[in-house]
Amino acid sequence: MTVAAEGSPPLRMAGARRNPLLQSEAVQGFALISPTFVYALILLVLPILVVIAHSFWTQNYLTIDHTFTLENYRIALTEPIYRDLLWRSLYISLTVSLLTVLLAYPIAYFISFHGGRHKSLWLFLITIPFWTSYLLRVMSWKVILGYNGVLNSGLMGLGIISEPSDALLYNSTAVIITLTHAWATFAILPIFVSLEKVDRTLVEAATDLGDGPLRSFLRVTLPLSVPGVISAALIVMIPTVGDYVTPKLVGGKDGVMIANAIQAQFGKASNWPLGAALSVTTMIIVSLMAGATVLVIRALQRLAR
Amino acid sequence: MLERVQSERMQSDRTMIDIRDVTRSYGSFKALDNASLAIREGEFFSLLGPSGCGKTTLLRMIAGFDTPTSGSIAVDGQPMDGIPANRRPTNMVFQSYAIFPHLNVEQNVAYGLKRLKLDAGEEKRRVEEALAQVSLTGLGKRRATELSGGQRQRVALARALVMRPKVLLLDEPLSALDKKLREQMQVELRRLQQAVGITFVLVTHDQYEALAMSDRIAVMFGGRIAQVASPKEIYQRPVNRQVADFLGGMNFVKAEIVEENGASLVLDTLGFGRVRTDKPKAFMRNGGAATLGIRPERLRVLWDNASAKFEVAGKVVERHYFGEITHLIVEIPGLEKPLSVTETNDFGADDIPVGAPIRLAYDPEALVAMAD
Repeated sequence: MTVAAEGSPPLRMAGARRNPLLQSEAVQGFALISPTFVYALILLVLPILVVIAHSFWTQNYLTIDHTFTLENYRIALTEPIYRDLLWRSLYISLTVSLLTVLLAYPIAYFISFHGGRHKSLWLFLITIPFWTSYLLRVMSWKVILGYNGVLNSGLMGLGIISEPSDALLYNSTAVIITLTHAWATFAILPIFVSLEKVDRTLVEAATDLGDGPLRSFLRVTLPLSVPGVISAALIVMIPTVGDYVTPKLVGGKDGVMIANAIQAQFGKASNWPLGAALSVTTMIIVSLMAGATVLVIRALQRLAR
Repeated sequence: MLERVQSERMQSDRTMIDIRDVTRSYGSFKALDNASLAIREGEFFSLLGPSGCGKTTLLRMIAGFDTPTSGSIAVDGQPMDGIPANRRPTNMVFQSYAIFPHLNVEQNVAYGLKRLKLDAGEEKRRVEEALAQVSLTGLGKRRATELSGGQRQRVALARALVMRPKVLLLDEPLSALDKKLREQMQVELRRLQQAVGITFVLVTHDQYEALAMSDRIAVMFGGRIAQVASPKEIYQRPVNRQVADFLGGMNFVKAEIVEENGASLVLDTLGFGRVRTDKPKAFMRNGGAATLGIRPERLRVLWDNASAKFEVAGKVVERHYFGEITHLIVEIPGLEKPLSVTETNDFGADDIPVGAPIRLAYDPEALVAMAD
């Protein structure tokens, strides 16, 4: 061993220099994520950079004027139509995430605490809607909420209303209903996971110390499942702000959201810089709102003690 | 606080927990089979047995986390049927301690007090008193996740004691601690129980723990209670081989019953000859055969020309050194199994050569008769 090493000092040196590098955990980690990383770089980071760059330029009919300007942001933030659309998008996405979390929590709780041996079966059943395409699911809501739809006929058949209501479809309520249903699974799973991690002995300890079922839930189970609630809220909130298909299909003119306006700028209106400025504005506001949501939930958790 | 309580140890003859004919079945399996037990007020009582003997099931039924299939449990004269765990006058120290991870030490201890709606000063005073009882003063603001195993156990104790329960239930509270800490906590737990005077019911599979801490012990096997007695009686007068075996080493010698009357037995054995012993209370004759038992430490090595009134002679076949003691395996002519002898090393038991002839002295008082 030593003889061989003495005989070939340069080779040994090279090996020593190369090996630690290849064996270092950081390098191995980067190697592992590099395909995904490169993919994300090309398809996510570059387009975002292009969008950001465009937002500071001006559309001049068919050409783009590359001089730096903040005019697009002025329009995006002050023009009433964009302000309204942005507000509506935020309102819809906040309402949807709140409703989704409220509806998902009991289901996740049931599966985790009362699912018994059938937990995996329950989780499997929850994923069944995903076997059809998202478009089909939105379309079926049209069937349910429409003027001659399932809900209206049902309510009329029961004698609750005398003529079909047109308040169900083509407005923001329809968007909220559809999105809440569509995102339910994404909220159930993280809440379920965090409920699974709650040590059942802690609930027993709370009971032993005098808490009834409701109090032990509010004082132990709920605070300990907050991480799941936060991820569920964010998972729903962030993508729904920019949702485009749902408002397009069930939103009508009262349910239009910011993504529809952005699409129009990149499409028919052919004003890429304005579309880009709207996109960047939305991204920033969504990030701020997500951060604020986390802070609010944490504050509520602290208050509950 | 300490002076007051030490002068008036609360142990009385009043029954605090009355367990009557309690059975708990899971399908055809009986986790607990017709157990009856009366635990006295102010007593440190241990449920001792191997895993699966039903001791934890019984404890959980006293706490209200499990319900008897048949039979009844009363605490302080009040039947517990249908009373949920949160309304029982008992508190529990869980095996895993179950410290609330989202709360600090103080908030953990005050958890049960919140519901009582005490005024802030009173609540704080009781929390601090409880923390002082378990020597955690000053650690109130420490986060639950920053505590050592021993500290977590103390928090669990304080959290239960602060409720001033009539009965404190302890589910293997020391099993997660290392040996040294465990021995220290045994002493502290015993001291604490005497200081607060609350009835303690401890579940353990560690016989030394039960012997060291308890006023009385119930030894359980396979869902049944085999013997209820003081540690000394359990150790010295076990009712059967199973109990004797579970509580440390015991030499078993085959015996023949020659004579039986109300208080004593005369047995014929090969190695020990004819011996007269006390008849155990629960002795149930089963034919003419019985077993005679003697603890390894009750056999003493006779040095040189020393002699004793009662002695057996044999040959050393094995020697095991354990620091302060030596364990000898001695073959006695006529006995089918060699005897285990534990001797302190003060006089050189660790130097006895294997193969050497040896004489052992014993006190006939130390011989226990057991039904076969």
